[in-house]
Amino acid sequence: MSTASELQNTEHLTGGHAHIHRDDVGAKLGMWLFLFTEVLLFGGMFLLYMAYRLEYTFEFQISAKELDMALGTVNTLILLTSSLTMALSIAAIQRNKKTLSLIFIIATISLALAFLVNKYFEWSAKFHHGIYPGATELAEKSNGEIIFFGLYYAMTGLHGLHVLIGIVVLLFMLVFVARNKITADNYMKLENSGLYWHLVDLIWIFLFPLFYLLH
Amino acid sequence: MATDKNEHEKSHLIGYGTYVLSWLALLSLAILTVAVAGLDLGNFTLFTALLIAAIKSALVIMIFMHIKYDEPIFKVFLAIALLVLVIVFVLMGFDVFYR
Repeated sequence: MSTASELQNTEHLTGGHAHIHRDDVGAKLGMWLFLFTEVLLFGGMFLLYMAYRLEYTFEFQISAKELDMALGTVNTLILLTSSLTMALSIAAIQRNKKTLSLIFIIATISLALAFLVNKYFEWSAKFHHGIYPGATELAEKSNGEIIFFGLYYAMTGLHGLHVLIGIVVLLFMLVFVARNKITADNYMKLENSGLYWHLVDLIWIFLFPLFYLLH
Repeated sequence: MATDKNEHEKSHLIGYGTYVLSWLALLSLAILTVAVAGLDLGNFTLFTALLIAAIKSALVIMIFMHIKYDEPIFKVFLAIALLVLVIVFVLMGFDVFYR
């Protein structure tokens, strides 16, 4: 069996132009499987959130009022826009428009950085008010409030880490596109990076109303 | 085979306009969810917020993540993953409610 297929492969390789085997659907399926493990990771945290929110409904509502709704909204708009530029960068490379694709990748990275800068200011303000894990001021609050801010830091923190990883991945994609490693005929790396980036956006779509819009 | 596939993909490239329209819809929904949060809908507050989040997710998954245009196997995978998530949440909900 294997020798027969090997023979076929050799024949195929020697037969014509150099053909490198590529499985685009397989690559994408693999990426989706990875994304499902990410969904499980965050899903577990959303489960905790649900259980504690049912137990400490009132405390969750007071705590949420301390979060900066305006900054959260701005970050939502930033991430949604970055998802658009990500999708457009793939659309551009599919049409063989390298420069346009590069511009859209740079735009996506810039928006991701803007998101993290906002996050920095948001967290700094919280730290300033003595709300951070292990703070004595926070420890004096009720159990429900401590749990709310614990979940807030764990979930938005893990999400922020994903944004940071996304930036690194997109920097690689930027180099790949610039060096013609990603082209109109071979853009699965960019496509899969896009899937990852959209997942980061998806998680924020749920984090935002559950933490910032609770009144 | 590879060229066949590329031809196949090129035949239904998603236009820039589709993405821009989805983005506009997403922005509108984001603003809507903030506006609705200001209202006092009682028990429906969480439901409304999650409903809007679900619509936004569907837009992102279908258009931006190309699930609408992908082979059926991707839809099957996604459906199974979402089903598992729903089962876990429903079971946990029962456990917390009837404790």
